[in-house]
Amino acid sequence: MLKIQNLQAGIEGRTILKGINLEIKAGEVHAIMGPNGSGKSTLASVIAGKTDYEVTEGRIEFMGKDLLDMLPEKRAGEGLFLGFQYPVEIPGLSTTNFIKTAVNELRKYRGEEPLDAVAFLRLMKEKMALMDIQQPLLSRSLNEGFSGGEKKRNEIFQMAMLQPKLAILDETDSGLDIDAIRIVANGVNKLRSKDNAVLLITHYQRLLDFIIPDFVHVLYNGRIVKSGTKELALELELKGYDFIKNDLNIAETV
Amino acid sequence: MKPEIYQSPKNDMNDELSTIEKTVLSDYKYGFVTDIEADEAPPGLNEDIIRFISAKKNEPEWMLEWRLKAFRHWSRLAAEEPKWANIEYPPISYQDIIYYSAPKQKVKPNSLEEIDPELRRTFEKLGISLDEQKRLSGVAVDAVIDSVSIGTSFKEQLGEMGIIFCSMTDAIQEHPDLVRKYLSSVVPITDNYFAALNSAVFTDGSFCYIPKGVRCPMELSTYFRINAENTGQFERTLIIAEQGSYVSYLEGCTAPMRDEHQLHAAVVELIALDDAEIKYSTVQNWYPGDKQGKGGIYNFVTKRGICKGNNSKISWTQVETGSAITWKYPSVILKGDNSTGEFYSVAVTNNYQQADTGTKMQHLGKNTKSRIVSKGISAGFSNNSYRGLVHVAKNAVNARNYSQCDSLLLGDKCGAHTFPYIEVKNNTSVVEHEATTSKIGEDQIFYCNQRGIDSETAVALIINGFAREVMNQLPMEFAVEAQKLLAVSLEGSVG
Ligand SMILES: Nc1ncnc2c1ncn2[C@@H]1O[C@H](COP(=O)(O)OP(=O)(O)OP(=O)(O)O)[C@@H](O)[C@H]1O
Ligand SMILES: [Mg+2]
Repeated sequence: MLKIQNLQAGIEGRTILKGINLEIKAGEVHAIMGPNGSGKSTLASVIAGKTDYEVTEGRIEFMGKDLLDMLPEKRAGEGLFLGFQYPVEIPGLSTTNFIKTAVNELRKYRGEEPLDAVAFLRLMKEKMALMDIQQPLLSRSLNEGFSGGEKKRNEIFQMAMLQPKLAILDETDSGLDIDAIRIVANGVNKLRSKDNAVLLITHYQRLLDFIIPDFVHVLYNGRIVKSGTKELALELELKGYDFIKNDLNIAETV
Repeated sequence: MKPEIYQSPKNDMNDELSTIEKTVLSDYKYGFVTDIEADEAPPGLNEDIIRFISAKKNEPEWMLEWRLKAFRHWSRLAAEEPKWANIEYPPISYQDIIYYSAPKQKVKPNSLEEIDPELRRTFEKLGISLDEQKRLSGVAVDAVIDSVSIGTSFKEQLGEMGIIFCSMTDAIQEHPDLVRKYLSSVVPITDNYFAALNSAVFTDGSFCYIPKGVRCPMELSTYFRINAENTGQFERTLIIAEQGSYVSYLEGCTAPMRDEHQLHAAVVELIALDDAEIKYSTVQNWYPGDKQGKGGIYNFVTKRGICKGNNSKISWTQVETGSAITWKYPSVILKGDNSTGEFYSVAVTNNYQQADTGTKMQHLGKNTKSRIVSKGISAGFSNNSYRGLVHVAKNAVNARNYSQCDSLLLGDKCGAHTFPYIEVKNNTSVVEHEATTSKIGEDQIFYCNQRGIDSETAVALIINGFAREVMNQLPMEFAVEAQKLLAVSLEGSVG
């Protein structure tokens, strides 16, 4: 589904991603962990098409298409979703209104008729129940004055509404209370199918108790330096990133 | 400071959204010219022209005298065209303008059915049907093309309730006492340069009179259209709401695309007596000129209302997207005790447009309240200024004012300016002013893009969000139009 080869990208002459290789197949859940500033959000942004970053090397293929040639809205149209680490606020634009526009723009991209008010409302009610999200929040201006947790839940709610093929969730678990983490995990698990995939960016092993990943990768200083299974996350939790650094140092001195 | 959040069903704009989505982001789409024969005065301005206009309209002697007085005053001012506004334009050659142009119709229509089909088609192209049975929501329309009103719908139905809604020309003939009593009672002919000019040469406009205790059952609306070349449009609107009455009035305007500038100098006067309320909404979409700033309308308008009676209310709502230059300050004189004045404005400038707009709230009575919400959106190389005055007189005990001026910038070559003036002569008053300036963030656009929304639509969503508090003041039928207009007028302003 997603194939990243030797991806190098940076900003203002500074290289942040230094050759990423990653393949995600339909039906899989991958987790990326790594210390602050290692490039996790940058990777997510580059995949989603944020133009601030310049890609200097490598390629990204999504659903068999060259992703780097596409505008961000087309990537979304192809089924890519990014749950933002820091969701933005748009004053005066109701959350419902925003989501309705998004749903219908994606339908348009796929050549489908827009949902009418009734059908949209039905879909929304269904997902609201799933995500345990209340109407008043959705009537408010998009993310404006939302608590940290509310913003994250709103991201997951949007994911549920948009039903993407690949969802990249950038620290969606940060700032969530334990009940909310369960709800988010539940939502992600419901989305899981043999046709979909999820890329979780997280600092906490805790989330991975609820969403069992097939693969765990460690991103360090712009490179994926270690990949493994769920056990790798546990090991990181126990030992911190130091043991990775030590491994790396050994590797470099050899 | 956080904008208020509205949740009532009326204000939920979900259903309109599809209109934004569908909006074909085209250039100015009202720029066509209708090929109709016109009855015109020669260009130029002198006493003969004024006599000509007055004679054309078969006006009584007092009206001609009034015009001549205004003209003489204007002639004395001629060297003093106001220069204080934050706008720039080359000198206007008042002698090259045609001050009277009327579409030639074979006979004066007795009813809307008799209107020249070509004229009818013009209005249909603009999305305005003059056929009463075709009007969706019961909006009575007065249509003014160049200098004259070509017909008013729903006249009879309104007449049964004692409501007068007709062209100014007809009002002068049929209701001379009312016109004489109220005309220039709010905006004196000596008020300012453009008001004096308007008084001398105005050719038509709308007149509304709502009798005591009557709630006008439909929106009254006037649609102004400049068609002929080298003409100016000078209309005069007068609305009188008697004790305990209510009226909501809408005004819309467009003009063909032309390379030369055209002048529009209107005067609007509102009078609200005890317990009366007037709600006046404008969607101004005069031709703004092309992307290089060539052509477009000079829009110099004086709008003022007086809350003459106790507990009366006047509310101005404007969505200004057109004109090369806008110079306009809809104001309220709060004379009656407990009266309320409101001003809600969205002004959009793009390319080389200039707008200097705002309001004046004059608190004279006791316990008077005013509220100002101004949203300026600038893009391209444009300049957008808010200019407002809150004046609290010595005897205006317990006056309250709240002003909020927000500016939104698209790009870094445009300007937003705020000139709030506050004069308080009574220390029991409370005057609050808040102002913000923001830019549409790349992050906001990217967030929308990531959800499948293209940049053009994203900007439309963001600016409609920004302007929402004002848009919510518009009657429903107008709000949808206005939303589309915002999107269209900012087309091409994001990279
Ligand atoms: N727009 C930008 N301008 C300048 N530097 C940037 C920008 N985006 C990212 N960086 C830098 O690139 C590095 C990687 O940042 P990134 O946000 O990808 O880290 P992260 O792994 O997501 O960290 P965290 O766990 O704290 O979220 C950091 O040093 C950051 O300062
Ligand atoms: Mg990050």
